[in-house]
Amino acid sequence: MQTDGSRAKKRLLRLKLNGRWREDAVAENQLLVDYLRDCAHLTGVKTGCDGGECGACTVLVEGEAVPSCLMLAVRCEGRAVETIEGVAQQNRLSRLQRAFHQKLGAQCGFCTPGMIMAAEGLLRRNPRPGEAEIRTALSGNLCRCTGYVKIIESVKAAAEMPS
Amino acid sequence: MSTGPDGDARAPRAGVPLIDGLEKVTGRARYTADLEVADALAARIFRSPCSHGEIIRLDVAKARALDGVVAIVTGEDCPHTYGVLPVAMNEYPLARERVRYRGEPVAAVAAIDERIAARALDLIEFEVRPLPAYYTSEEARAPGAELLHLNKPGNLEREVHHQFGEVAEGFATADLIHEELIHCAEVNHAQIEPHACLADYEAVSGRLTVQSVSQVGYYLHLMLARCLEMEAARIRVIKPFIGGGFGARVEVLNFEIITALLARAAGGKVMMRLTREENFLTHRARPQTDIKLKLGMRRDGRITACECEVVQRGGAYAGYGIVTILYAGSLLQGIYDIPAIKYDGYRVYANLPPCGAMRGHGSVDTRHAFECVLDRMARKLKLDPFAVRRANLLHAPMRTLNDLTVNSYGLAECLDKVERASQWRERIGKLPRGRGLGMACSHYVSGAAKPIHWTGEPHAVVNLRIDFDGGVTALTGAADIGQGSSTMVAIAVAETLGISIKRIRVISGDSAVTPKDNGAYSSRITFMVGNAAIDAANKLKAILIQAAAGKLEARPEDVECAAETFHVGAQGQSSIPFVDVVKAALVDCGPITVAGTFTCPAEAQGGRHRGGAVGSTMGFSYAAQVVEVSVDEPTGRVAVENVWAALDCGRAINPLAVEGQIEGSVWMGMGQALSEETQYVDGLPLHASLLEYRVPTIAETPPIKVAIVESHDPHGPFGAKEASEGALAGFPPALVNAVANAIQIDLDELPVTPDRVVEALVERRRQARLAAARRGAS
Repeated sequence: MQTDGSRAKKRLLRLKLNGRWREDAVAENQLLVDYLRDCAHLTGVKTGCDGGECGACTVLVEGEAVPSCLMLAVRCEGRAVETIEGVAQQNRLSRLQRAFHQKLGAQCGFCTPGMIMAAEGLLRRNPRPGEAEIRTALSGNLCRCTGYVKIIESVKAAAEMPS
Repeated sequence: MSTGPDGDARAPRAGVPLIDGLEKVTGRARYTADLEVADALAARIFRSPCSHGEIIRLDVAKARALDGVVAIVTGEDCPHTYGVLPVAMNEYPLARERVRYRGEPVAAVAAIDERIAARALDLIEFEVRPLPAYYTSEEARAPGAELLHLNKPGNLEREVHHQFGEVAEGFATADLIHEELIHCAEVNHAQIEPHACLADYEAVSGRLTVQSVSQVGYYLHLMLARCLEMEAARIRVIKPFIGGGFGARVEVLNFEIITALLARAAGGKVMMRLTREENFLTHRARPQTDIKLKLGMRRDGRITACECEVVQRGGAYAGYGIVTILYAGSLLQGIYDIPAIKYDGYRVYANLPPCGAMRGHGSVDTRHAFECVLDRMARKLKLDPFAVRRANLLHAPMRTLNDLTVNSYGLAECLDKVERASQWRERIGKLPRGRGLGMACSHYVSGAAKPIHWTGEPHAVVNLRIDFDGGVTALTGAADIGQGSSTMVAIAVAETLGISIKRIRVISGDSAVTPKDNGAYSSRITFMVGNAAIDAANKLKAILIQAAAGKLEARPEDVECAAETFHVGAQGQSSIPFVDVVKAALVDCGPITVAGTFTCPAEAQGGRHRGGAVGSTMGFSYAAQVVEVSVDEPTGRVAVENVWAALDCGRAINPLAVEGQIEGSVWMGMGQALSEETQYVDGLPLHASLLEYRVPTIAETPPIKVAIVESHDPHGPFGAKEASEGALAGFPPALVNAVANAIQIDLDELPVTPDRVVEALVERRRQARLAAARRGAS
């Protein structure tokens, strides 16, 4: 299902998505989130709001966490984009994935991919974050199930694990 | 497997991660909006721009002519109402003749892409003759007000008048009578997954498959059959992963039926994804509520009588309204020993999105008022808030005045736990100005003992299948919406059979495969489906033990299964692995399927008075909590510093999940207490995004310390009761009581936003100046 921009001018986008270079024709006005979900079929990237409210679509662009609903796909030309589907290496879960699973950082799981990507961005620039830093880094990601208690515990536990 | 302190080996005490957790952390979990849509049409809904009016003209010809539009449906396409309660179905999926709120669906378009569907909406011509519209309960109830529904005089959906015990006598014996009028804002579930529905109509076979976000696939199935005039046997309802519910998806929602209507009209597959704004318009959450509460109390803290009037602004249609207004009254009981209660409830229609069920359904706002009033009376009588609660405890087993059964009661222990953990005795009254402690109690049902669609069937059924592979498959219609119910089923089966949880696969929510279930609402699944799962596992166990006894040449009563091994007597004497026993059992009859059931006995189904079934349950959960706040007087900002919550869930089948539920429900109560509020101007929502509707972020969320109390319910599965809702209602009153402790101001409105706090402080200063002036003048 084409969600938007089928008449808009298209451009060839070359980007490194979850470690692999690929090329796609994308409309110039297509949002990164729609490109990831509809074109690359990475439905782990979630849409939870009408734009920039909830953080469920958070991905890493050049290692930095961004809401993919606030970025045009064409802005990722030549850049590395990582989604939840790319963080497990050779079938081994990342430490954040392990921690969120074991510590119940995910209940309904809908905010989880965005939450884990935001936390991943944090741990890459700050491997041992304090609680206040965790709260700041995840303050753009809403969760309605957990009261955030076990999310904070999960990120702390992941930071303690050998990577 | 570890054992509990009581030596009870029935469940691992630390808890287990969710059995569907790996899919969630890897992004593999497919929610409705993630389903394959390569060949699906995109759908959009045309919504009423008018709050109340007669439809004069609806012309979709131009929209239909647009290239790429495949189907359009309007109220003409569905002459049937839908809803929850058979007696109160007064809503059409698409408006007919009248519209009653801004945002009500009027027509819907299926097109080859969303852009074309959206353009088609612009081409729909719609004219209404406006009627007077009402946005408050008072306006709607005023004499002479235009009726939203002609058969509902006074715009009252339901009036409830209940009286139990001698109320006048009770007040006559009171040393103190106190009355308050308390207002609670309307709030919304704001589950993070937006609503979506995928409907597939196979035109040749005439079969319909609907995948949706429903918490109760069975209701959806019934309403699809009704509204589409289809035989239920030709419909299949499937539940994908669900991103939270909290009651939003307990009733069938208009967009679900609309998507199915479009799929049939288009003869194919249609995907409907609602925007966040449309989620707020769909609403069905907790109504704006006014509570007038009068309590009588003796000097020792004993409550002598209670009089409570509740007015709920229910929105434009019935929805769950009758149940909500009944819950608000019936759940005044079942937590404290109150000798006399009078309840008057009014559910009012207004020209706003319909309200419905939300976590703590019906109980939260009344409990808020009650716990605030208890505190204020305690202060007047110079009693400690804990002492007042302790003076009114119940003694299980008992029946309440309104015939609710209380079979287990751990509230006293909850009180002890949070009192100790918060160091209440050491700290209360000794905190600096601006810092305060408050407490409150709450409770909730473990499932309605009498379901809404009462058919006489068991309250829950679970099928267990076992086949050549030695795997155990549990089939349940119960919807896991993130609360971990499938994991609970797996644990119940594993513990009963003595096998590893890894051997169990749970398939839930597919009407073609799983047995009918009444769904994920009123916290019924652990109690009812858990019991049914244990029953099924015991039946399967009996079959396997028979087979094992044959192999072991022993009497069946001497055979046991533990750690995936059937053995006779003490382990090691003579044993046989689980998988070998399965193979032996299959020899006689091939693959085995058993059904386990659970039924609430008639005596648990409430009183005989009208509405007496609402609130009836096999087991109440109980909770107590202490909230610590700091109040910044210049800005009116209230910050929650600490929360201590204890919940009696009977027994924690999965302690990890129970903790998660308590934390989540307490936190949701914090949102309602501090910042969440839906507001409208002329029926237009001011809050229809997650920026305007202020759900607390991780930044302002305090540490929440949780204690689990286990009262071992005599009827619960392994002694368990609900754990997901009971703690929510205690937060708002504990917070308001803490604010009173911090700045000596009693707030009578929720949420406690900075403007309300500042207003109350300004008013106090004004009163103080007036008093000073009066003293000066005299």
